[in-house]
Amino acid sequence: MNALPDAEALLERLAAQIRPRLVPGTAMIGLYTGGAWVAERLHAALGLAEPLGLMDVAFYRDDYSRKGLKQDPKRTRIPFEVAGRDLLLVDDVLYTGRTVRAALNELFDYGRPKSVALAVLADRGGRQLPICAQHCGAEISVPEGARLRLKRAADGRLSLEVERGA
Amino acid sequence: MKLLIKGGRVVDPASGRDELGDVFISDGRISEKREKAERTIDAKGLVVAPGLIDLAARLREPGYEYKATLESEMDAAVAGGVTSLACPPDTDPPLDEPGLVDMLRRRAKALSRARVYPVGALTVKLAGERLTEMAELAEAGCVAFSQANVPLADTQVLWRALQYAATFGFPVWLRAEDRWLAAGGVAHDGEVATRLGLPGIPAFAETVALGALLELVRATGTRVHVCRLSTAAGVALVRAAKREGLPVTCDVGIHHVHLSEKDLGYFDAHYRLEPPLRSLRDRDALAAGLADGTIDCAVSDHTPVDEDRKQQPFAEAEAGATGLELLLPLTLKWGAARKLPLATALARVTSDAARILGTQSGRIAPGAPADLVLFDPEAPWRITPESLKSQGKNTPYRGYELSGRVRATLVAGNIVFEQP
Amino acid sequence: MARNPQLNDHGELRHLLSIDGLPREVLLQILDTAEPFAGVTEREVKKVPLLRGKSVFNLFFEPSTRTRTTFEIAAKRLSADVINLNIALSSQTKGESLTDTVANLSAMQADVFVVRHAASGAPYLIARHVKPHEHVINAGDGRHAHPTQGLLDLYTIRHYKKDFTRLTVAVVGDLLHSRVARSLIHGLTTLGVPEVRAIGPQTLLPAGIEALGVRVFHDMRAGLKDCDVVVMLRLQHERMNGPLLPSAQEFFKNYGLTAEKLALARPDAIVMHPGPMNRGVEIDSSVADGPHSVILPQVTFGIAVRMAVMSIVAGN
Repeated sequence: MNALPDAEALLERLAAQIRPRLVPGTAMIGLYTGGAWVAERLHAALGLAEPLGLMDVAFYRDDYSRKGLKQDPKRTRIPFEVAGRDLLLVDDVLYTGRTVRAALNELFDYGRPKSVALAVLADRGGRQLPICAQHCGAEISVPEGARLRLKRAADGRLSLEVERGA
Repeated sequence: MKLLIKGGRVVDPASGRDELGDVFISDGRISEKREKAERTIDAKGLVVAPGLIDLAARLREPGYEYKATLESEMDAAVAGGVTSLACPPDTDPPLDEPGLVDMLRRRAKALSRARVYPVGALTVKLAGERLTEMAELAEAGCVAFSQANVPLADTQVLWRALQYAATFGFPVWLRAEDRWLAAGGVAHDGEVATRLGLPGIPAFAETVALGALLELVRATGTRVHVCRLSTAAGVALVRAAKREGLPVTCDVGIHHVHLSEKDLGYFDAHYRLEPPLRSLRDRDALAAGLADGTIDCAVSDHTPVDEDRKQQPFAEAEAGATGLELLLPLTLKWGAARKLPLATALARVTSDAARILGTQSGRIAPGAPADLVLFDPEAPWRITPESLKSQGKNTPYRGYELSGRVRATLVAGNIVFEQP
Repeated sequence: MARNPQLNDHGELRHLLSIDGLPREVLLQILDTAEPFAGVTEREVKKVPLLRGKSVFNLFFEPSTRTRTTFEIAAKRLSADVINLNIALSSQTKGESLTDTVANLSAMQADVFVVRHAASGAPYLIARHVKPHEHVINAGDGRHAHPTQGLLDLYTIRHYKKDFTRLTVAVVGDLLHSRVARSLIHGLTTLGVPEVRAIGPQTLLPAGIEALGVRVFHDMRAGLKDCDVVVMLRLQHERMNGPLLPSAQEFFKNYGLTAEKLALARPDAIVMHPGPMNRGVEIDSSVADGPHSVILPQVTFGIAVRMAVMSIVAGN
């Protein structure tokens, strides 16, 4: 298997992709936990005017009946008006698409946005829903049964890792 | 019939005898003559002891036949090695009329199992207002008079009742519990009741009533037997009263020398008893008091309760536990825990109880009635509803294993229970 | 003693019956989960789809409007279907046993039973008889426990004071009859509050209460000194003018919370009350409505905490 790309490099590439296409007044929302880390960096790199929103999709997931409530859901904070706004959802890894589906449902409970786009650091394929990212750092193939994870070091440096049997 | 019980470990608490030997029975009595036996029971590996004498066992007749019947409970008694039992007067109607007492005795006698000694009501309907016709009741067969678990709050009535009983020399068996201090309580007023949010019965509900009772005994000279002591302080009061020479005896429910408030767990109503299970300190004082003889005997306080009445929130459940079949194993367990000789442990449910009842049973001596129990002290036994003959399956020991299985029970020389 | 019936084989919360016996981690999980739910209650769409399709049965054997309503609101905000049963008025009075009532309701596809009962321990009995996928939440049983109230009290304290391990908390009034007090005390001691004080006349303090880990005070002024949190308990009118207390006036004079007495606590002390309040009996209006009072926020937090509890148990 090829070595994993450097997450920091992907971040730069992603920011470069988004910058020219950014609609003025766009607000960004990062999805906990990995997506929030990426969003914090992107938000700073793109110099967005609106404050960053952070979202936990725990209450909108479709696997509650099987898995229950995962530990420590975080508080969703959207510090701007959602209605009529262009939004950019940010996540670390796009896989089945279920997390984004949950995020969209939660988002619409805050109001009716004008548009929603999705930016992800990595797309590993394996979609189970008709969801796609408008901006993507890289496509990475990961063996089935393994998990692609974003890690953040103490100094804030991001890196990608594959976890077996997760 | 002439019977030979051969090769058992003969334990006679009254004399202190504990040795291998044979017991001969002739005409329903223990015999010293070695005659040709018509039947021989091989008692190898078994203890041969006087049949147990249980001073408190509810047979639920008359009136509570849906809970248990005389047949089922008498079967339970002899299966537990109990050959004599006294039943409290809290039947429905209460045993306050000679006719009821007579009927009960006849029914019991016709069943030919254990001997039944009815305890008559001290007051009419147990209501604590009017005295019963104690002389008539005694003539019908009552061995003592009692209020069962119904408090007699009016001290004036209590005093007069004691005086009247003393006139005829009748013993009075009473629980010591102050009605007002115990009112509404369902558990021992202490740490556990506080934690579980259950209304409590303070220990002094017993000692306040006991102090008053002993004072009245001083005044009247009535023979009083204090039933179901539950507190360490209560044991101390009885000890002092005996030292003073008052005509006082007492008993303890066998569950109370083993269990305490800590066993209530998560509101298990099988541990709801009257009096309540109290602190560890109280339990230990009761176990020690029974060992040193301050407490004269242990009783089962057998109280069959149907499971519906136990599957209730603790305070709404009915109090009581089945006990006739567990009196022996629980007595052995207590004796072993206190490292007492077998004869001493058994005394508390045989010869000592006989003394209070005033019967010739309870000992293995020539001429004594041949009321005997043969049991295997080591045989383990898992307590399950199926293994109990009583209709009451309500026991805190459900699922536990105890030692001590009865192999045969004899009353007046007749084998009334046999389990190979 | 048997395994704690609230936890399943994996040590996860299956029922919430009492705070007593729950590990620290479980309590913290509930408080931490309540946080985001508080966020939900603040936005315009106050619903999340978590319990959609699940049925929550409110079994109230003791009448209550406040608690029942907050449970109903919490369940509905989780998109659950709510059925209210005031059992006091129906089958129980016809003599149906508690276990039969529950069996009948189980047959109606219940997922969560929220139970309030006058007898201590009733929810344990119910929990012993429900099906494996059913969950029981105790909304108050006799004097024993009111765990969701205890949890919302803990949440409130954490919200304003942050660190449990540095606090002095006083619980004042009728502890004898109070399930709220018992639950709160268990929670405070489990979460490491170094000093929990019980303040009241002897007639209102249960036997052996020190064994719960509290320091007893009969003198309210001495007990309030340097407290960070003061929790006033409700006093029921029927308990006064009886052998427990002579009158409301005398109780208020000695054990009522006034501004003057509150001044003995820390300057930033908070005042709590589980409600409903008896103004002029436990607490003076000036204090109840004053700057130290967090009584109204307690109510809001109560919905978030109950949402958290329901989400956690229903998912295990």
